This record gives sequence, structure tokens and C-alpha cells, in this order.
Amino acid sequence: MSDINLSPLWLSFQTAGVATIIVFLTGVFLARIIARNQFFGKGVLEAVFMLPLVLPPTVVGFGLLYLFGKNGILGRLLLDMFDFQVVFTWHAVIIAAVVVSFPLMYQSASAAFQHDDPNLEHAAYTMGASKWKVFWTVSFPLAWPGLLAGLVLSFARALGEFGATLMLAGFIPGVTDTVPLAIYFAVESGNMEMATFWVIIIVALGFTAIYWLNWWSKRNMMRYSQKQHHQ
Amino acid sequence: MLTVQMKKKLEHIELDVAFTVSDEIIVLFGPSGSGKTTILNCIAGLAKPDTGKIQLHDVILVEDKQTFLPIQQRKIGYLFQDYALFPHMTVWKNISYGMKSKAFAEQLMKELGIDHLRDRYPNEISGGEKQRTAITRAIATEPKLLLLDEPFSALDEQARARSHEELLRLHRLWKIPIILVTHSQQEAEKLGDRILYLHDGKLQRDQPVK
Repeated sequence: MSDINLSPLWLSFQTAGVATIIVFLTGVFLARIIARNQFFGKGVLEAVFMLPLVLPPTVVGFGLLYLFGKNGILGRLLLDMFDFQVVFTWHAVIIAAVVVSFPLMYQSASAAFQHDDPNLEHAAYTMGASKWKVFWTVSFPLAWPGLLAGLVLSFARALGEFGATLMLAGFIPGVTDTVPLAIYFAVESGNMEMATFWVIIIVALGFTAIYWLNWWSKRNMMRYSQKQHHQ
Repeated sequence: MLTVQMKKKLEHIELDVAFTVSDEIIVLFGPSGSGKTTILNCIAGLAKPDTGKIQLHDVILVEDKQTFLPIQQRKIGYLFQDYALFPHMTVWKNISYGMKSKAFAEQLMKELGIDHLRDRYPNEISGGEKQRTAITRAIATEPKLLLLDEPFSALDEQARARSHEELLRLHRLWKIPIILVTHSQQEAEKLGDRILYLHDGKLQRDQPVK
């Protein structure tokens, strides 16, 4: 076992971490704006956001290649403007992880903001609080249990991303070999010992994340419940 | 002095009212769906009238489409039917959220007998205590007008009687215009200096209570 190179694990954590931060910020921002407003095409937009959740990862990967490839709209733009090619780089791993984990964050954040009682924010406004203050002291803390659920799920999903990553980033040892890719290529090359090692790691991480999240949510649900205690 | 003259189209009715309130308690009385809460919301700035003018002392809160003072600048206390206490903050954090002076807020808490609940969360106190916390929170901002939307409806008989007395006492101590929405005739007569009868969006009667 000692000859196993741990770099896929660090790479997975780094890419999933960066992807989760990006997904958290954009997911919270978009959910906050879209959840509270009615506009033409809202349903279509939300369906597009959720699409990566139901599409096969190969389709997502294909779409990303189409966008970021040498002849893709974004790929061409990046190449012309910054002389930068995304495909087969560390950045490609992050992009794939962001796209597949975004729906989970968006869905959690959207539900979290919709459950808020609007009167709580109204009360804060009548007390003279600015929009910014209301968001940070009322809306955000109350939505936090839902946002955290989205955060953990997105991270777990980003950590486990395989299909789209393989298509956009390929398997380049030391650059794009995340744990799921390492498992696949270990099996391919008959190295079952290494594959087993990584499988155990991934299962343990996923289990811990979900178990902790369930425990934490239950504890918080009790704390925030509006249940009345009579004296 | 509050002057209200407004029209607003709602789903089933058209709201069309005009009235003034000096430093007294006036009661908006009427069946549900008659537009009572919408009037409060337009005064507070949570809703906009279609046309009309609402003025508090010398400040125009809203006038037709050209003037709309943001909620935060209106200096109006609003007590919601469900109290809208922040569930993740203690009683003291709730009260100090928008307070002007710490000493005044603490005095109010003593006045209403909730100073021992400082560090409790809203889900740990009784309905009457929540109501007193909410009214303390509203008054601690030192508003120029207080809006009360059926603030006693969730209380039992005993707590309600106590809250009625407290409201009258607070108003005696601290003369500001108060608008109280209720659908209890008895409550309207007990608390109001004047009762405005609202039906299908129109004022039927404006009647002083002796």
C-alpha cells in the first residue's frame, strides 16, 4: 500500500473545494434573486439550471467540450484573449465539477430562501435595517441550515465527478487524475489493490459527509422550530 | 398627525379610504378581506397605493407615483399578527435590533415584565411573552406611529386582558398615533378612541368611542 501516490486525493479535495466555493456563491446569489421574483421565462431558466442533475455526465462533458474546445465559443474567446486553453487542464476539472454540482446547491438554496417568513424581513425593514443588514442578520442565518445542506451535497458531488471530467479534462496523472478517475484507470490497468484503496476512501468520505449533515440538520431543526413552550 | 387618503385595487375589491389620526388609538374594524392589513402595509411602506397621499406629521410617506419614502426611513413601528420575532435571536437581540437607546429598551422590558427573559429564544417563551417582546421591540425603535395588526388574536382570554391594559398604559405614557386592526367588536370598543368601520374597501362609519 505504501507505494500508492496520494496526489489524486489532494487534487480531488482542491478541485472540489474550489468548485464548491464557486457554486456556493453563484447558487446563493441566483437563488436569492430568482426565488423572490416572478418573471417571464423563470420556469425555463430554472429547468436549465437543474439539467446537469438529470443528464448523463457524458452529455454534460460533450456540452462543455463544445463550449470550451478550441473551436467552441468560450474556448475560442479564452484562447484569443488570454492565450489560454482550458481543455485537459486543472481548470477543466473545476469547470466540470462546478457544472455538475451547481443544481444541488441551487435547489437547496432556492428551497431555503422560499421557506423564510417574509414578515421577518419586513419587521427588520420597519426597524430601519438596510437591505444588506437584513440579508446578513435575518435572511442568511435563517436559510443557513438549507444552504449548508446544499454546500455539503455539492462538495460530495464535486468530489465524485467522473464522466464530464474525463471528457473535458482527460486523465493526465498529476494534473487531472482525481480519485474517481484514478479508480477507473486502476481497474483498467488491473491494479485492483489501488482501486480498492481509493474506493474505500471515497465511500468513507461520502458516508461521513451525509451522516454528519443529517445529524446537524436534525439538531438545527429543533433549535429553530417555532414550537411554543407553555409555562 | 397621520393623514391617509388612498386608493388601491385588490383582487376582489377596490380600497378607497381617507382618514386622519392624531395622538390617539384608532381601530380599523371590519370583516377579513375588507382591506385592513393592506392599509397598514401601505402606511408602513410594504405595499404601494395606486393613487393617493399618506403623510405623517410633516413628512410625505407616499404621494401618487412620484414620492415613495423607503420603509426604513418612515419611523413606523409595526406589530405583525404572528409577531415576526427572529427565531434565531434571543429576546434581547430581538429588542436591541433596531433600538434607539439601551436604557429606554431596558426600561420598557421592566415595564412589561419581560426583563427576566433576556437570554431566552422566542420558541422558549409563552404566547403572551412573545407578544410583549414584539411590542417592546417595536416601541424601542421610538416610532412616530405604531401599527398593530390583530396583535391579540393568538392570546388566551387572560393574556389578552393583560395585553389590553398594557397597551392602554403604554399609550398614556407615550402619546403617539396608534392604528389597531381587529375583528373583535369588544376589543375595538375597549381600546379605541375612534372606530373606523371598513367594508369592501370603503369606510362605512367613523365613530368616536365615549
